Amino acid sequence: MSVECHEHLDCLSDYIDGELDPTLCAEIEHHMAACGDCRIVVDTLRKTVSLYRNYGHEEVPEDAKERLYAVLKLAYRADDQEAST
Amino acid sequence: MEQKPGAPYPTEADLIRALQARDQSAYAELVERYSPTIYNLALRMMNDREEAEEVLQETFLSAFRAVQRFEGRSQLSTWLYRIAYNAALMRLRKRQLPTTSMDEPAQNEEGDIMPRQLVDWTGRPDEMLLASELRRVLDDAVASLPETLRSVFTLRDIEGLSTAETAEVLGLTETNVKVRLHRARLALRERLSSYFAAVDAVRGAQAGRAYVG
Ligand SMILES: [Zn+2]
Repeated sequence: MSVECHEHLDCLSDYIDGELDPTLCAEIEHHMAACGDCRIVVDTLRKTVSLYRNYGHEEVPEDAKERLYAVLKLAYRADDQEAST
Repeated sequence: MEQKPGAPYPTEADLIRALQARDQSAYAELVERYSPTIYNLALRMMNDREEAEEVLQETFLSAFRAVQRFEGRSQLSTWLYRIAYNAALMRLRKRQLPTTSMDEPAQNEEGDIMPRQLVDWTGRPDEMLLASELRRVLDDAVASLPETLRSVFTLRDIEGLSTAETAEVLGLTETNVKVRLHRARLALRERLSSYFAAVDAVRGAQAGRAYVG
């Protein structure tokens, strides 16, 4: 990675979030057109974020929810879960 | 007339009024709405399911005690996540042993995380990426971040909070949230890329052997 690559590095999250100033965006895109390393960094950064967005969240386990309701002395809402005992 | 569980509270003010009137279904509504993010924040901060569950319980026990005095200066969500964050932080401080992250280079929060791994693994389909081994890789990668990056990353990228709300929950400036989020992402990208580079090396070696043999 070159000095120029490093100059863009700090802006890459704003860039993939679509929050970067258009002038800087154009500069990054101009640089990326000629720089395979930066294209890879941007693509893998974007993919990293999307993997966690799509798969990083964990449901509260059903038994943990039951214990939570018990501790809080609330009637457990099984919601649409069928017969969760 | 008794309200059904799950009765809708069209506005946040309706829910707050019902909570302050000690309406049981409003308490349950609060738990239903906010426990997912509280649990995920606690899980990523503690790296421990049992402790995450305890943080979840502590958060609502504190919130139920305090909700009568809730003045609506922030959103309910922000208020609850702050309680949860502080509860998790207290536990982390009580832990004598440092978390797994402490000797990771990524924890140098002020330093830059320069991309070293330049392998392109984005063409892989998610099904393949999400074999159970990769699940573990995703979890371990977040666990390897220092706490200051873990909480920001979890709220912003896993739970989808805005920069502004994340900043309010964690008591940071928005600029600081953005800087930390970027460092977290770069560190995670590095870990995932290293993982895929290693997978490819093994595959390549296997393919080479198969070809020769
Ligand atoms: Zn470059």
